[in-house]
Amino acid sequence: MHTSTALGLAKKALENRGKQPSADATAALSLRMKISDLNFYYGAKQALFGIDLGVATNRITSLIGPSGCGKSTLLRTLNRLHETLRQARLEGEILLDGEDILSLDVTDLRRRVGMVFQKPNPFPKSVFDNVAYGLRINGCKGGLREAVERSLTRAALWDEVKDQLHKSAYALSGGQQQRLCIARALAVDPEVILLDEPCSALDPVNTAKIEELLFQLKENCTIVIVTHNMQQAARVSDFTAFLLNGQLVEFKPTPQLFTTPADPRTEAYITGRFG
Amino acid sequence: MERHFERYLEEAKDRLLWMGSLAERAVHQAVRAVLEADEAPAQTVLEEEHVLNELQIEIDDRVVQLLALQQLMAADLRFVLTVARINNDLERIGDQAVNIAQSALRIVRHPRVKPYVDLPRMSELAEEMVRDSLNAVVRRDIELARSVLTRDDQVDQLRDQIFRELLTYMMGDSSLVFPAFELILVAKNLERVGDHATNIAEDVIYMVAGHDVRHPAVDRR
Amino acid sequence: MSLRRIWRKVVNGAMLSLTGVCALIAVSVLFLILGYLVWHGGRSVNWSFFTELQKPVGETGGGMANAIVGSAKLLLLASLIGVPIGFLGGVYLAEFGGRTFPFIVRYTTDLLNGVPSIVIGIFVYSLIVLRTRHFSTLAGSVALGLMMIPITLRSSEEFLRLVPRSLREGAMALGASKWKTILTVVIPAAYRGILTAVLLALARVAGETAPLLFTAFSNRFWSSGWNQPTASLPVMIFTYAIAPYEDWHRQAWAAGLVLLALVLATNLVARLVLMRPGSLPRS
Repeated sequence: MHTSTALGLAKKALENRGKQPSADATAALSLRMKISDLNFYYGAKQALFGIDLGVATNRITSLIGPSGCGKSTLLRTLNRLHETLRQARLEGEILLDGEDILSLDVTDLRRRVGMVFQKPNPFPKSVFDNVAYGLRINGCKGGLREAVERSLTRAALWDEVKDQLHKSAYALSGGQQQRLCIARALAVDPEVILLDEPCSALDPVNTAKIEELLFQLKENCTIVIVTHNMQQAARVSDFTAFLLNGQLVEFKPTPQLFTTPADPRTEAYITGRFG
Repeated sequence: MERHFERYLEEAKDRLLWMGSLAERAVHQAVRAVLEADEAPAQTVLEEEHVLNELQIEIDDRVVQLLALQQLMAADLRFVLTVARINNDLERIGDQAVNIAQSALRIVRHPRVKPYVDLPRMSELAEEMVRDSLNAVVRRDIELARSVLTRDDQVDQLRDQIFRELLTYMMGDSSLVFPAFELILVAKNLERVGDHATNIAEDVIYMVAGHDVRHPAVDRR
Repeated sequence: MSLRRIWRKVVNGAMLSLTGVCALIAVSVLFLILGYLVWHGGRSVNWSFFTELQKPVGETGGGMANAIVGSAKLLLLASLIGVPIGFLGGVYLAEFGGRTFPFIVRYTTDLLNGVPSIVIGIFVYSLIVLRTRHFSTLAGSVALGLMMIPITLRSSEEFLRLVPRSLREGAMALGASKWKTILTVVIPAAYRGILTAVLLALARVAGETAPLLFTAFSNRFWSSGWNQPTASLPVMIFTYAIAPYEDWHRQAWAAGLVLLALVLATNLVARLVLMRPGSLPRS
């Protein structure tokens, strides 16, 4: 827009008054997932202690904390991926839209709660088959082409691969592979997407692309992201949870947590004085 | 690549410019109250003071959030710092307008000391400086900002002129002391408005070019 | 230069030469064998070798067509027996876990690998040949199949293990059950390695002679079906090489050359399959 006077511009500003991220606690928003008194054990060793957390619908919630604090462990309980480990044991309640996820069929849960991993992990198949994989194993036969195109578009990858759908996924660059993994997760139309340090293997440009992608995705999708890069959490998320030694130390709207944290441990971590 | 935080930067700028337009208007109304001996515009200025104060707090909040949450660099960083500084100057301009309005209310019943000649000129100059410095923000125009800097001397001269003239009047007739004194205060306030506009212009030059042009006497090597 | 230094140089040089010569010998053995076979049998590898049956004693000429076909039949059935068992066993070891059972399986498989082939032959002899009272292709295939199991199993397990965990997690996170994950992701990711393993196993048992002596025995003519004894290349080599006829010696050389050539070719193909790019994810 080209408004040549300050007054004119200011008038326009009144019309488009921007909204700051909500300063209300998650209690005022609807919760897609709710974690209550979660305790998690690897064999005899306890890894998570009494976690209470609400994941707000269509918002980005980030989990931050030093290595080994349990943030990835917590993330993996949300789609019951911890069950692939023999010794893992979970106590407490995790609700998805009010239903206990432990009572749901696990394959159905994992369709509704998708996951993107730290290192891009496309299957040794073509780009098309990667995205269609989730649809095929969930029994979807028809309309694959449209669904694949839709997912790749949502993942901001369609333009780059539309002529190469039948090439191997390994021919793509790292950033493209990660967006392919996001498209693959999106294909089954999940309600929640879990991202475990999705940008840690990527360079800053690809990281920025994926962060912008997350902003677009959150309109229709609830996002939980684990990141060891707290600046990323600051840039991207609406709510941030700080974990330390398996405990949830503080959970607040992101602007508040990064400007006026209540707990001195949070402050120490955020200001880089930790350890 | 368009980044999401650009929206937040735009919003901060919009709010700042809105505040600027309000401050500009407040000065104009307050001076009108003096020149036309009219209570109504002065009352408006006093009533609307809180809006400016609220805006200052809001804009500072936005600045803090932008700095904490987005790792701004280069031009974006200078921009946000500039917003914070201009924010303060605008609030002070608002304060000056309030002072002028209060002076206006105090002398509204008094007969005019003398025909107003320099005061309107000075207020016009000061208001122009504010307007141009804010336009320089919008258009990122260094030349416009520099032109504001040069006009500050004129404003200062006008203030001195008004002081001398009113002093003469006060010495001549002691019943005129009270209103003349208030007019001197008004002139002082307008001069301060000019100074703040100058500050804004200097901030614009820093924001656009990265040069800190304050205090040229300081050795920057 | 001091005496010490001279001595050290001498020792270094001697060791380099010694180790180099030994390496050279190792390499040249293969070429020696190949050269020998080509020299002695090269002339006899002709069209009739591949198409005719053995001529009666005393007559010259003829070929080993039935032995070639017989070996092929034996290997085919042996694969059908050994590969599925080995492969699925490898899948179990790689995908489903536990500590004790897999350990036992691996250990006993390795022991089975070490069992002398003639012992396997006797085992199958008493198991099948005595019961059915005749030699058969089936018995021979069983013997060879049993020998293929350990190789296939261990190699399948190794290559399945090489598939990164993240691929499995990726599939499971999309809602795939354990078996769907294995079938649609893990096995396709490892198939090149497994194919290589199967080819190597085939190459290995293709030349086994001892077990076939008791099981498939031999046959002057074509054998039809699976219940008749069959000729095979290794057994023909054995039979013809120790016979007193010059012509038969010549044919034995030819058979040896053909057998070795096939085994070497299979080995090369196996390695090429494994080396093709795209077999495993980029790191």
